[in-house]
Amino acid sequence: MEHWGVVCVDAGGRVLKNRGMAKPAIEIENLTKEYPYGFLNLKKRLSLEGLTLQVETGEVFGFLGPNGAGKSTTIKCLMRLIFPTKGTARILGRSIDDVGMHREIGYLPEQPYFYDYLTAAEVLDYFARFHGLTANDRRERVQKMLKKVGLESAKKIQLRKYSKGMLQRVGLAQAILHEPKVVVLDEPMSGLDPLGRREVRDIILELKRDGRTVLFSMHILPDAEMLCDRVGVIVGGKLRGVGAPEELVGIQAQGMEILFELGADEKKPTLLARATRTGERYRVQLKEEELYAAIEELKQAGARILSVTQIKATLEEFFMGLVEADRAQAAAVEVNGK
Amino acid sequence: MKNRTAIGAVLSALMALGAAGVWKLQTKIDGQRESLHLESEDLMMRSGSMVKRMSLEYAPLMAAIYWTRAVQYFGEKHFLHDQNLELLWPLLDISTTLDPQLLPAYRAGSIFLSDAPPRGAGQPDLAVKLLERGIKANPEQWRLYQDLGNVYYFDKKDYTKAAEAFATGGNFPGAMIWMKVMAAKIATEGESLETSFFLWKQVYEAATEKQTKDNAELHLRLIQAQFDCREIDKVADTFESQNGRRASGMIELVQAGMLKGLPADSRGYAYVLGEDGKAKLNPKSPLAEKWESIKK
Amino acid sequence: MKNVLTVAANTFREAVRDRVLYNLVFFALLMMAAAILVGQISIGIEKSVIISLGLTAISVIGLFIAVFIGVGLVSKEMDKRTLYALLAKPLERWEFLLGKYFGLLMTLTVNTAAMALGLYAALLTVAQPLEKADGYVLVAVYLILLKLALIVALALLFSCFTTPFLAILFTAGIYVAGVFAGDLRVVKSVAMDAATMDSGTLKLLRVISYVLPNFENFNVMGAVAHGRSVPASLVGSSTLYAAVYGATVLILAAMVFSKRNLK
Repeated sequence: MEHWGVVCVDAGGRVLKNRGMAKPAIEIENLTKEYPYGFLNLKKRLSLEGLTLQVETGEVFGFLGPNGAGKSTTIKCLMRLIFPTKGTARILGRSIDDVGMHREIGYLPEQPYFYDYLTAAEVLDYFARFHGLTANDRRERVQKMLKKVGLESAKKIQLRKYSKGMLQRVGLAQAILHEPKVVVLDEPMSGLDPLGRREVRDIILELKRDGRTVLFSMHILPDAEMLCDRVGVIVGGKLRGVGAPEELVGIQAQGMEILFELGADEKKPTLLARATRTGERYRVQLKEEELYAAIEELKQAGARILSVTQIKATLEEFFMGLVEADRAQAAAVEVNGK
Repeated sequence: MKNRTAIGAVLSALMALGAAGVWKLQTKIDGQRESLHLESEDLMMRSGSMVKRMSLEYAPLMAAIYWTRAVQYFGEKHFLHDQNLELLWPLLDISTTLDPQLLPAYRAGSIFLSDAPPRGAGQPDLAVKLLERGIKANPEQWRLYQDLGNVYYFDKKDYTKAAEAFATGGNFPGAMIWMKVMAAKIATEGESLETSFFLWKQVYEAATEKQTKDNAELHLRLIQAQFDCREIDKVADTFESQNGRRASGMIELVQAGMLKGLPADSRGYAYVLGEDGKAKLNPKSPLAEKWESIKK
Repeated sequence: MKNVLTVAANTFREAVRDRVLYNLVFFALLMMAAAILVGQISIGIEKSVIISLGLTAISVIGLFIAVFIGVGLVSKEMDKRTLYALLAKPLERWEFLLGKYFGLLMTLTVNTAAMALGLYAALLTVAQPLEKADGYVLVAVYLILLKLALIVALALLFSCFTTPFLAILFTAGIYVAGVFAGDLRVVKSVAMDAATMDSGTLKLLRVISYVLPNFENFNVMGAVAHGRSVPASLVGSSTLYAAVYGATVLILAAMVFSKRNLK
């Protein structure tokens, strides 16, 4: 039982970057991966370049990036499925070469199909055997997991009849069955409908409540914003930013937005000129200081105010900005000729 | 990391050991199998037509494979000085059934079959059968008649049929003139050294691969020796008529001025006079042992 | 070792459920047909034909299973991502590989044993009672199994570093070459132009003949079909040969696999 130190959380329950008390659960240093390609494999492509980051114990860390950015590559390096060209990594303080360390980690691979002719219960039981649990233990946990991911009714059906979403859930189940300290998920929401995604979110939050560390890669940014203590954004093989979501995008609200409908006597407020219309509803964006004057004006005009919201930069915009910048840079490089 | 290279080294050493072990075991197994005649000495199917049906469209390829097997079989037996050639005929039979146009099988095959042991299978009847099949399938190949004539002449000693074969073959356009000449000669004289020498010379000159050529060459050397001995005997007879007794050795004939030096066979070994006063090969000559086999 | 057995058991279960063993039905039908027909069309050789045919079928069917499934052992787990999940567990890559090997070997053993039973059943219908000599057929079956074990190891090795298609090609190629490997040792005497081959080529051919797996070692069909016995010493040497050669191949496969980047 190693003591990973005290984990600090802020008022919102988000894990604070440790003050040197707890060791990071995952440490990645200068991870680089080259892929040879072309004729006789002479050319080399860098799919990962000098990646350095740490995931703190008990934190939920999201890996974001466009396709081919290197998220999967990083995760596969951590799992020792591919071998980095340069750099090192440690999980729970042990080198990733240490196979014994795998007892404490769980992994969900991308797009799993698993064994066609086995049932979910059999697959989970099979995977569980490598963790040295007793037969009773296994049985119990398999039942528990099936319930948790909502596959109890389908447990006797062979996997080849499963939908993608169901397979994803089996994958998740096998990753957490042995109650690992660190859970690594590669695209855990892939193939799930909104209900499924909600369930996965809940499971991840539950893992966090149990004090486990979760690292996952994801495309769906709003979910990431909601779940993650911190995110790391990778574009083009390089880490572009690490931090809590709002740190990355800037906390400042950029303005306010009012949604309203006109009153019964159709009096037109001057605001209408700045508003966009959809059917019966109008949307207008204003600076924060203009807010109260606008509300007063609408009140005078007898308009019905439906909602008032803050406009914040989203992770998505931040993300898009990075991608554009990266493309522009790449283009520039090409123009100048290598 | 140090651990890894250590393990790698141990594994590589194990593999090297494995390779050595494999080598050693293989030698052991070879010995065990040989002494039990477990080599695929048997032909599962001796029926040419069955094999043909099973070959689907690949009959000519299978023919080549069987013919190659026949050649290997023959050569291997030779190497091992094994006189048991019972599979030779079935292999040739199957090869020529699969591909009736496989000329080398007929030509070289008939020699392997008809030659007396230990060089061949000593089955001239089968050789004739083989050649007749070949002639039927390849009527324009006059060389097959040459081979047929050789079998009748050398191995079956049937001079009538031999002459017939040479004559028929000689009638073909493109056939060499000597075929007709030989036909006539054999019809009248039967066996003669000159004929034998001539026929083998034809085989030797036309042969394209080593085995046939070597075999023909051997025959030629032996016939040459027979010529030489014949001539020496003539000289010895003259000596006898002059001196009332057979010469005791070649030296005597030389000293008597009847020979201009010790005559030697084509391998360079001097002929000797046997106990009957007749010339014969020097027992030390490599030709001497072959002589016995030729003489049956 | 426990991990190896776990993987092996699962591989076996997968093969069974994947209906690999259904080939036994085909084999049984073949044997029945042979037993019925042979009696009608020939005299005195029913037994040897059934034994030869049966052993050939066992060998050929086993060969197909060994090659096609052997090559798929690793690639299938990669495609289905099961390998990815497995390697994230406390499981070494070599344990996985060995487990797959023994799993297929188990499948082949069961398959071959069942076919041997079918063979004996066919024999019983044409010749009762069975003689002592018929026991030698089991020796032939055992040797065929040894051969298959070696082929699976080779298929596994090739599948560790090339595509499934190429692996099948290579394995089949080595099989054919291996069958003729023994002949290469006799070439010296037998080639029509033996004397024109320089000693360097001859030496090379000789080395190749030892490096290739000599599958002829495991062929005793000729003896057994005619009721002749096979000495225990030969069976022993052949077992050792298969074990040593197979182990060497598996070690190489494990080394190659442990360095491989999984796509």
